Amino acid sequence: MNNRLYGNLIFELSRKGRKGYSLPKNRMGGYEIPSMMRRTTDAALPECDELTVVRHYTNLSLNNFGVDNGFYPLGSCTMKYNPKINEEMAALPSFLYLHPEQPTETVKGAEAVVTLLERSLCSLTGLAHFTFKPYAGAHGELTGLMTIDNYHRSHNDMGRKKVIVPDSAHGTNPASAAVCGLEVVEVKSMADGTVDVEDLKRIVSEQGTEISAMMMTNPNTLGLFEKSIPEIASLIHTCGGLMYYDGANLNPMLGTCRPGDMGFDVMHINLHKTFSTPHGGGGPGAGPVGVREGLQDFFPVVSPYHGNFSVMLRAYAYILTLGREHVKEVGSLATLNANYVKESLKDVYELPIDGLCCHEFVFDGLKDKSTGVTTMDVAKRLLDYGYHAPTIYFPLLFHESLMVEPTENESKETLDGFIAVMRRIAEEAKTTPDEVKSAPHLTPIGRVDDVLAAKHPIVTYQQLLHDKD
Amino acid sequence: MTYKYFPHTEEDLKAMLEKVGVESLDGLYAQIPESICFKDDYDLPSEMSEMEVRQQFEALGSQNQQLTCFAGHGVYDHYTPSVIPNLLSRSEFLTSYTPYQAEISQGTLHYIFEYQSMMAELTGMDISNASMYDGTTAAAEAMMMTVAAGKKVDRVLVSETMNGKTLEVLRCYALHRGIKLEIVAMKNGVTDLNDLKTKLLEGGVAGVMVQQPNVYGIVEDFTGYADACHAQKALFVVDGVAANLAVLKTPGEWGADIAVGDGQSLGIPMQWGGPYVGYMCCTEKLIRKMPGRIVGMTRDNRGQRAFVLTLQAREQHIRRQKATSNICSNQSLMALWVTVYLSLMGKHGLKEAAEMSYAGAHYLCDELLKTGHFTLVYDQPFFNEFYVKYDGDGNQLYQRFIDAGILGGVRIGEGFLFAVTEKRTKEEIDNLVKIAAL
Amino acid sequence: MAKVMEGLYYSESHEWVRVEGNEGTIGITDYAQNALGNVVYVDLPEVDDEVEAGEEFGAVESVKAASDLYAPVSGTVIEVNEALENAPELVNQDAYENWIIKVELSDKAELEQLMDSKTYEEFCTK
Repeated sequence: MNNRLYGNLIFELSRKGRKGYSLPKNRMGGYEIPSMMRRTTDAALPECDELTVVRHYTNLSLNNFGVDNGFYPLGSCTMKYNPKINEEMAALPSFLYLHPEQPTETVKGAEAVVTLLERSLCSLTGLAHFTFKPYAGAHGELTGLMTIDNYHRSHNDMGRKKVIVPDSAHGTNPASAAVCGLEVVEVKSMADGTVDVEDLKRIVSEQGTEISAMMMTNPNTLGLFEKSIPEIASLIHTCGGLMYYDGANLNPMLGTCRPGDMGFDVMHINLHKTFSTPHGGGGPGAGPVGVREGLQDFFPVVSPYHGNFSVMLRAYAYILTLGREHVKEVGSLATLNANYVKESLKDVYELPIDGLCCHEFVFDGLKDKSTGVTTMDVAKRLLDYGYHAPTIYFPLLFHESLMVEPTENESKETLDGFIAVMRRIAEEAKTTPDEVKSAPHLTPIGRVDDVLAAKHPIVTYQQLLHDKD
Repeated sequence: MTYKYFPHTEEDLKAMLEKVGVESLDGLYAQIPESICFKDDYDLPSEMSEMEVRQQFEALGSQNQQLTCFAGHGVYDHYTPSVIPNLLSRSEFLTSYTPYQAEISQGTLHYIFEYQSMMAELTGMDISNASMYDGTTAAAEAMMMTVAAGKKVDRVLVSETMNGKTLEVLRCYALHRGIKLEIVAMKNGVTDLNDLKTKLLEGGVAGVMVQQPNVYGIVEDFTGYADACHAQKALFVVDGVAANLAVLKTPGEWGADIAVGDGQSLGIPMQWGGPYVGYMCCTEKLIRKMPGRIVGMTRDNRGQRAFVLTLQAREQHIRRQKATSNICSNQSLMALWVTVYLSLMGKHGLKEAAEMSYAGAHYLCDELLKTGHFTLVYDQPFFNEFYVKYDGDGNQLYQRFIDAGILGGVRIGEGFLFAVTEKRTKEEIDNLVKIAAL
Repeated sequence: MAKVMEGLYYSESHEWVRVEGNEGTIGITDYAQNALGNVVYVDLPEVDDEVEAGEEFGAVESVKAASDLYAPVSGTVIEVNEALENAPELVNQDAYENWIIKVELSDKAELEQLMDSKTYEEFCTK
C-alpha cells in the first residue's frame, strides 16, 4: 500500500503548457471548424507530461487490492484467478482492430469464436442457444426477462406480468424485473434458507395465470442447493410460466449439475465470475443469455453488436485451457474450499444454517455477541491482515451476514491462513475490542464518512473547487 | 489431481475432506437429486497447453481481415497511446472488483472521481456517474430516467436523426418498460423543430432525445430546443460521441438536462463491438434520479481526503424493484482507459485530434466530390463523418474497397457513411479516392 | 424507547399527522427516524401536488437504506419543509418538530383509519 503519494488528483498535477501526447502533423490543412459549431471555452482537462501520468496511475494502483494481491473471499462475486494467457489472447491485433460493422467475410475468425463459445456454453449448461449481447450479469437478467416477456407476448398471453423471486434473492433480480415492466412477487424461504414450496404452491394457485417467470439462483444466495428444484420447475411450468436461472452461482455446479437439467428455460452466465475474466474494478463483464430450443427467436436487442467481445475471447481461452477434463473439477474444488473454511470457523462464528454448502456460505456475525464487535468491524479488521473482506450485510435474511466464497484456485495454506486470522479476530473481539472496532489501521485510509459524502455530494473536481471558494 | 489453476494435492484433499466429514468430492453433492446430476462428458475439446491455446487463437485471428478503417456509425478508429494498455494491465486495477471496501480501493475510487470530473468538463454538465455499459444502453437509461423524473408522463420523443442502432435499443427497453417512444421527423438531414414542438404540445412528454453530430455526421443547431422542452416540463437529452466534445458546442451549452453517449472514441480499440464505455452526465438537480454508481469525496477518520461510493440509496441492492435502474456496476476498467487517455491528450491533444479528424473528413469529402461520382445527400455542415451517394454500383465499389484492404465506410441505404479520424493519413485517403474514382 | 406524541394520528408505515382545521401536517415518527439512522436526504413533493392516502409521496434516505413516504391522508400539498433540503439531519434531531409536508385535507373521515398515540405505541412494541 502506498501512503506517500496518495492524495493528488490528476488535475492538481496539471501545469499549463505541459503535454503527454504526440500527433502526426496535420497535412490536410485549410479546414477550420466554424465557430458556430464550437464550444465557447476549452474543456479544462489536465495538462501533464507522460511520466507524470504514468506515475500517478501506477501509484493509484498501489492503493488497490486485487485477486493477484491476495485472498479475495467476496461472497457471490466468484473472485477466481484471472489467467494471464487470456489477457494476451484478447489483445491480439487480429481481434482488437475489427470494426463491428465489417462485412462477414472479413471477420470469419471472430464469428468462429462466437460459435465455438456458444457451443461450449450450451454443453456446460444444457441449454440450446446463447445470445452474447448482454454486457453484464444485470444486463443478462434483463435480457432473459425480456426474452420471456417476448415469448408470452407472442402467444398473446399479455396478462403474465408477475415474476416470482425468493425473498433471499439479490436486489438485482427485483430491479431487473421492474425495468422489464414486471411486478415482483416474493416467495418465502424456509428455516433452512431454501424456497418454501408450500408458499410457492399458494402463489401459483392464486396467481398462476399471471405468472411470467420464476427467477432463482441454484445454489441460492446462502450457498445452499435447492433440492426441490424439480418440483418447483414443474409447478411453474404447469401454470404456464418459465424458469429463469440467475447464473451468479453457477461455479459450484460445473461438473455436477446443469441448469437445463434442473428444469430451467432461460439463464444468464457471468463470464467474469464462472469463466475467469477479470472484474476490472467493477466491469466490463459479460452476461450471455442461454435458452431452451425454440426460445431463441425471442431474444431482444439490448445492445447493438456482439456484446463485450474481448471478454468473450478471454472466457473462450479459459475454456480451451481447462478442457473437458478440468472444467469438471472446478465446482467440486470450489465447494470443498467453502466447506473447509466453514467447518473450521463455525465454532467461533454463528452459522445459522448448518450442513453442506456449495461454493459459499453465510455466517451471522461472531458467535459471541457480547463483545459488541459487528460484522463491519470484522471485515475492516481483515483488511489490516492483508485480506479482502467477505461480502457483508448480504443476504438480508440475517442482521450480521458475512458471506464467504473462496474459489477453487485457493490452496489449503491460503485458507488456513485466513482461518487463523478469522479466529484471531474473534479472539481480539474479546480481548481488545476497541482495536477491532476502530480498524482498519494499516490501510492507506481509515474508515470513511459516508454520511458526509451522501449529504453534500461532491462528485467532480469542479464541485470541489467551487466548494473551496 | 493438481492442475496449474488448482493447488490441491492428494494430502490436501484428504485432510480437507476429513474436516468437512465427507468421503469423497462427490460426497459434497449428496443433497442433489440423482435424477438431475450430469454424468456425461462435456462436449468440449480436451485440455490445451498454453502453447496450444495460443496457436488456436492465432489460427482463428488469421481468418479475420484487418482493414484501413473509414467506418464510423458510432464506433471510431482512434489511436491508443502505448501508456494506456500498459497501465491498465496492472493487476491491482484489473483483478479487483467494485470498490465496496473503500480503505483498500482508493485506486479505483480515485480514478472514477477523475473520470466523472473529466466527463462533466467535456459535456459541460454539472455531474457524471461512474460510467455505463456503452452509449446505446446509456441512452436507454437516460430515456427511463426522464420518465422516472417526470410526473405521470410516459412519452419520450426521439429524433429520426438518431443512430439506428441506438434507436433499436431504445425501442427494446421502451417496449418492456411501457414507455411510448415516438419519432420526431427529419427535414433535410436534421431534426424538424416544428414537428418537435407539435408533439411536445400534445402533452405527456417526459423527455426529448437528439444526437449530435447526428447519424449522418451533421452538426445540428439545437437553438430553442431546451426552452421548448422545458416549457412542457420535458427533459432534454443530448447523445453524442465523446471525442467530438473537445471542440463542439457542449450539451450543457445547448441547455441539456442529461448528456449521454459512448466513450469508445476516447482511445478505446474497436474490438468488434466491445467492451466500450457509456457516459452519462446531468444537472445537479437530477443527481438522485441518476442510475449507476457514483463516487463522491469525503474524509476518513484520520482526517484525510478520501473517495467512496455514494448516493447508494438510489441503487438496486437497497431499493430493489424501486431502484432507478438494475445496473450493479459500472464499466470501471474502460472508465480508467478513458481517464488515462484524457490525462495524456489533455486540454490540447484532444482538440488537436478532433481538428485533424474534421480536416481529414472534409478533405476526403472534397476529393470524393471532385471525382464526379459522389454527391452529399444533405447539404448541411458535418464534423468527421458524412453521408454521400455514389452514381455507380455501390455494392461493387464497397467490395473494391475491401479487396484493397479498406473498410469503405458503413452502407446506409444506398449511400456511404464515411468517417475519418486522426489515425487516417493523407496517403490512405488519397488511396481510397483513387479506388473510388475508377 | 422511541418518543410518541399525544394528539397526533399515526399510520402503520410510521408517518404522523397533526390536524388543525382542514390542514394536516405530516412527518415521520421518532421510531422511523431511529430505524433509518442518519438521514442524508429527503425527497419532497412539490406544492400543489395531489397526495392520496396510502400512496407514496416522497422518500427518506440514509446511507444504507431508503424508505418511501406514504401519505396517511389524501389532499393537496400546500407547503413543503424546505429546511430539510439543506439539513435533512433535522429529522433525526426531532422528528415531530421537523415536519415534511402540509396538506389541505380532502377527506377528514380518513383520519379514522389511523392510530392514536396509545395504539401506535403498542404497535411499535409488537
